[in-house]
Amino acid sequence: MDKKIAVKVDDLTVAYNYKPVLWDIDLEIPEGVLMAIVGPNGAGKSTLIKSILGILNPIAGSVAIYGKPYKKQRQLVAYVPQKGSVDWDFPTTALDVVMMGTYGSLGWIKRPRQKEKKAALEALEKVGMLAFKSRQISQLSGGQQQRIFLARALVQNASIYFMDEPFQGVDATTEIAIINILKELRKAGKTVIVVHHDLQTVPEYFDWVTFLNVKKIATGPVKDIFNDDNLTKTYGINYKVSIQE
Amino acid sequence: MNSAQIEIQLIASLVAIACAIPGTFLVLRKMAMISDAISHSILPGIVIGFFITQDLNSPLLILFAAFTGIITVVLVEYIQKTGLVKEDTAIGLVFPALFSIGVILIAKNANDVHLDVDAVLLGELAFAPFDRLLILGTDVGPKALWIIGVILLITITLLIAFFKELKVSTFDAGLAASLGFSPAIIHYGLMSVASVTTVGAFDAVGAILVVALMIAPAATAYLLTTDLKKMLSLAISFGVLSAISGYWFAHWLDASIAGSITTMLGLLFLLVYLFAPSKGVIAVMYREKQKRTEVSLLTFLLHLKNHNELEERHVNHLREHINWQKVRAKTVLELALKNNMIVVNESIVSLTQKGNTFTSKAIDYIITNEDAQIEDMKDDFFLFRG
Amino acid sequence: MTKMDITEYFQLVFTDYTLRTITLGTAILGAVTGMLGSFAVLRKQSLLGDAISHAALPGIAIAFLITGAKDTNTLLLGALVSGLIGTFWIRGIVKKTHLKSDTALGLILSLFFGFGMLLLTFIQKQPNANQAGLDKYLFGQAATLVESDVWLMAIVTGLCLLVLLLFWKEFKLLLFDADYTKTLGFNTKFIDILITSFIVLAIVLGLQTVGVVLMSAMLLAPAAAARQWTNSLATMVFLAAIFGAFSGVFGTAISASQTNLSTGPVIVLVASVFVFFSFVFSPSRGLLFKQIRLIRNRRDLELHKTLAFMHNIAETHDDISHPHAIKLLNNFQGYTRKTLQKLVEKDYVELQANMWSLTKTGFETAANLYTKQTTEDE
Repeated sequence: MDKKIAVKVDDLTVAYNYKPVLWDIDLEIPEGVLMAIVGPNGAGKSTLIKSILGILNPIAGSVAIYGKPYKKQRQLVAYVPQKGSVDWDFPTTALDVVMMGTYGSLGWIKRPRQKEKKAALEALEKVGMLAFKSRQISQLSGGQQQRIFLARALVQNASIYFMDEPFQGVDATTEIAIINILKELRKAGKTVIVVHHDLQTVPEYFDWVTFLNVKKIATGPVKDIFNDDNLTKTYGINYKVSIQE
Repeated sequence: MNSAQIEIQLIASLVAIACAIPGTFLVLRKMAMISDAISHSILPGIVIGFFITQDLNSPLLILFAAFTGIITVVLVEYIQKTGLVKEDTAIGLVFPALFSIGVILIAKNANDVHLDVDAVLLGELAFAPFDRLLILGTDVGPKALWIIGVILLITITLLIAFFKELKVSTFDAGLAASLGFSPAIIHYGLMSVASVTTVGAFDAVGAILVVALMIAPAATAYLLTTDLKKMLSLAISFGVLSAISGYWFAHWLDASIAGSITTMLGLLFLLVYLFAPSKGVIAVMYREKQKRTEVSLLTFLLHLKNHNELEERHVNHLREHINWQKVRAKTVLELALKNNMIVVNESIVSLTQKGNTFTSKAIDYIITNEDAQIEDMKDDFFLFRG
Repeated sequence: MTKMDITEYFQLVFTDYTLRTITLGTAILGAVTGMLGSFAVLRKQSLLGDAISHAALPGIAIAFLITGAKDTNTLLLGALVSGLIGTFWIRGIVKKTHLKSDTALGLILSLFFGFGMLLLTFIQKQPNANQAGLDKYLFGQAATLVESDVWLMAIVTGLCLLVLLLFWKEFKLLLFDADYTKTLGFNTKFIDILITSFIVLAIVLGLQTVGVVLMSAMLLAPAAAARQWTNSLATMVFLAAIFGAFSGVFGTAISASQTNLSTGPVIVLVASVFVFFSFVFSPSRGLLFKQIRLIRNRRDLELHKTLAFMHNIAETHDDISHPHAIKLLNNFQGYTRKTLQKLVEKDYVELQANMWSLTKTGFETAANLYTKQTTEDE
């Protein structure tokens, strides 16, 4: 493969309360892929991206973003946390939340100005939420909240996007809107890494996939490795790609 | 020891027991701060009850004040349900307001109510023996002793009668409901007992000590055992021990008995907090260090198993690639060698037969989420622990 | 302080030195605790303030025992140290043992306070006559505020305001989404310690005026009241400061106009009135308007049901305004005379004797009901 490596994970081991959740993960994510991380509950999917982003401290191993440690490459990375991780009753508006995406590039103390506001409004428009910009965030539906989170990441104007279960608890329209934006990002040469639950949509949405269950089971193009063998290895039971209803 | 001293210690001990029993369940049900709220908000109940009954020791007053305690719980739960504020804020809003009403009522009627604010916070245990209960003209002992004795008797009766229900609903509310014990009845029953106990003990030991006597012995016992019955008896023992030692400490220092009993509770907690065999801070810190090293060891072994390339298994790789500080890398390497898990050959590390078996088993356990098994396995494989 | 009534108080505030000092002090205190309380409430650390203020008591006593002076600043320094020890011990208990945070709070609160009371009673028995005045830290005595105390409060408030303005963006970010803050490269530990230290500082400052027992309410009540009126963090902090300041001033005025009343309980009660009022009457979140909206929605729903039912009947005819017998509606449960009357008022329906007919607007509204419903649900 002649593509550049966007994210390289080396021997990563992470433990919660001294219980290992990720074991010796080696992973290379090439630039420009739209990748799903799949695995059963408790497989360490969220832990993996949180460790890459420096939210959790691994007990061993290292992470490189375009060849350099994360701390030096922060401006290249955007993050969409799980929707449930924040208090949606917080007194703030949709526009305000999206503006937060600009705080990283502003750095300490400096306040956002017109330029930042414009960027935030553009991002809101991209996710189809411009009409809701002044809405208190608790008055948004689950799908709308997720779009706001996506807009906040878009404002960061990064090269690599990490998303933690962006399709959880959202309506069908939002799911399509989000996946279209992600595909657009890929078209623009960005790398998108998504923690994903719904196995059925993997072949339709993604072109790259990583199977994870404490250890890395497999990683590569969906068309090559998304098969019964890897699914069985990951989920333990006999899994078939074509799950019958 | 004169009889007054004996009586004071007896009252203090009974209060300690009466508090420890509901306290244990409050701590287990994560409702410790509710007892703090109740202890403050019964004050207006006591004052208004006094206006009605004109007798601080009247059973009617106790019931009336305990009712204020229940109202507090209901009010807190109502505010939580409205979703206007976060849960703990509701507690923090209700009890200061009610307590303030109580303090103001006392201040405005200072001449009529023989209560002062210091007594509210600290109680007047030292004077308890002077208020005697006379039945048909015969002195049968201090009133406070009778009051707390009756409350304790009721508490113990309820505890024995409903032990099973309390236990199930505390550890598994869902199961309790499916067995047909209404969680609401048990919840409000416990709150009622806590309120009645608080009011009964309030006169003797004051608002803050009631909270201390409910929470501290139970929390201390919780650090020593996980068995409910043992926890109850330990909590009771700690309460009584602090009550008696606290009395003598206050006697020697010539200071507040309530304050002194609390201080004893605090010292006891501090001792257990530091030195408890498995849950104490020192034990926890020691175990964390051990676990950290052992997890590192496992990581290291797994890495060896995963990689056949010589470069990945070079001694220096530990430092460079796995990204550990030098000290830990050295400890881990030594521990692995001591346990015959690895051999080092010209700076290339390889797993031994034993190391290989150990690692394979560990992986299986982790992936099937049976981490607990690893601990047992460690006993089989390790000659030396981390 | 002698007895006077409230109007007298407000006349005197501008002329009397003591009154002015006290009023200024409680106003500043209310403002700063209201401001910082907003953060405590939003961080779900509402009861931490209660624990910290109780934990400060032994510090005051020990500072007195060591220095023998009753200089406010020394005593408050003791309170600060002991409050911080309490805070960190709570964190230690939660982190290192299986005890839950509310148990840790209750433990530290009652144990520190009991120990403090032991020391206070011990001090009271000492021959040293200097001790009088430590009692005021229980319920607060605004009357004992002097100009230097007010200056101290003003300086801390100014400092707090400066930090708030400088790090506003960072505070907001951390409060809303701590993990995200970390990924953007901000040092979350630093921001966290900054907020917590200012909260502890504000609590300690308030001990002399409001007292350890009730100080936590000063932190929570103005913030909880302010939250109901706005959906913007900045406005909330601003409103909380205003509510806090007013509680301070009114509380002081009332307690000064009565004999025998500690300031603390009165200020807390005034603040509680603000909370009650806000909970009930806030237009967007308040219970009263929520209830009204609920009733109105229910009525609208009934109206829509009837209209939809009529629409179904009308659809069977080519002429939508074809009259139908009112009797037809009686089989339908949502129907009452009143709803029919309402529909006529809205010009959706025309009545003639015992017959009704849909108007054009009525028919269109009914047809739109379904599509509108589905888009709203989304």
